Amino acid sequence: MDGVTTAGVRATARIEAGDDGRGGTSLPVLEGQGPLALRRVRGGGSEARVMLVGAMSGPLGGDHLTVEARVGPGARLRGGSAAATIALPGQTKGEARYDVRLDVADGGELCWLPEQLISAGGSELSVSVRVGLMGGARLVLREEQVLGRVGEEPGRLTSRLTVRRDGRPLLDQELACGPGAPGGWDGPAVLAGHRALGQLIVVRPEFEREMPAARPFGEYAALTPLAGPAVLVTALAPDALLLRRVLDNALGDLT
Amino acid sequence: MSRAALLVLADGRFPAGGHAHSGGAEAAVRAGRITGAASLEDFCRGRLHTSGLVSAALAAAAALGADPVALDAAADARTPSPALRVAARRLGRQLVRAARATWPCTELDALARQFPKGAHQPVVLGVAARAAGLGPEDAAYCSVYECVSGPASATVRLLSLDPFDATAALARLAPELDVVAHAAADAARRALADGVETLPAASAPLLEIGAEAHAAWPVRLFAS
Repeated sequence: MDGVTTAGVRATARIEAGDDGRGGTSLPVLEGQGPLALRRVRGGGSEARVMLVGAMSGPLGGDHLTVEARVGPGARLRGGSAAATIALPGQTKGEARYDVRLDVADGGELCWLPEQLISAGGSELSVSVRVGLMGGARLVLREEQVLGRVGEEPGRLTSRLTVRRDGRPLLDQELACGPGAPGGWDGPAVLAGHRALGQLIVVRPEFEREMPAARPFGEYAALTPLAGPAVLVTALAPDALLLRRVLDNALGDLT
Repeated sequence: MSRAALLVLADGRFPAGGHAHSGGAEAAVRAGRITGAASLEDFCRGRLHTSGLVSAALAAAAALGADPVALDAAADARTPSPALRVAARRLGRQLVRAARATWPCTELDALARQFPKGAHQPVVLGVAARAAGLGPEDAAYCSVYECVSGPASATVRLLSLDPFDATAALARLAPELDVVAHAAADAARRALADGVETLPAASAPLLEIGAEAHAAWPVRLFAS
């Protein structure tokens, strides 16, 4: 890592997953840095499993963390995190950035299921998740945001999720909330007081032939087929536990 | 540019079918999230800064001459709800018909040919503004205004809300409409250089979720 400076921490973690030629997945690159430590954990079948372990608290204001994962043809990678990520205010002014770049080749599969991101009071964090898929790639990606720890007002959080498939946009969504966010974010059109929100995107080439139908999951969640072989589940909930239950149910329905 | 042309395009009576859509207000009223003028204003504010900004930026980019096909794909990616994509295309098809009759031009003809089922309405709005000799700010203003005036007039009908109260809510939002319209036009100019994927993508989860619930109702007053 470049080190801890007054400007905050700069760190990048890299994962590369490839077909090992024996029906499994190898990890030719598995490099953590600073607060981003990576561990390979026991996987099931042909998939490799990687756990992101937070080695320092944060991101704090001024930090810039990047996680990059590339999944090659025929490889299967499951990524998770050992605990929730908590955005906290830093000693330096300014926002923290957390960038995630995920690329999956034809015949590759990525399940990216990190734990929640918690936006603690006074924090400022900008998250960007960019996914690039080849046409034959498969993806399950979950994002969960919790606005504030228990009984706490949230920090400022901006989160953008962009998924491209064969270079074409498949999903592009940004959410801004907390103090200083554009007006109405907590109102009747956007979050209506909910403090946990999540998105689950599932991309499968076979959806080209048969797309799941749109359906609600209660009053505050829905599964929606996108304009491509993918579905998005959007969910709001009072807390992280109830949110996870909705997203798990929706994923269970799809598999 | 003709200021009167802007009034023609922005007029709620412009025959493009917008009156049949509530902009998510019908679902929000049923769910008890809009109950009066104050919650209507907050609903409109949230819509303005999310899907309103996105639509206005798409319209402004189209008015600047960005590729409508790329803009339409960007609109799809920013609209996860299939019910909202269908509504946007239906409105786009109606608007292209009205605009071709009003400001005949080859760009609108080409748009109608490229998208027989309709392009996303903001893209058509931008091309129509261009055909009317208007600029990106004008297109963005039309877009942000209809983003809030639609739910306001729908709520007057749905809740028997006093029309004076609904109009006063719109007037209170006016300074924010200015901010969003200019931000949208600025974003559109940047997108000409940096690509349409840099356009705003602000989302409103409850508008998407509510639109799907609404589309499943057997009986409803508004199409979306």
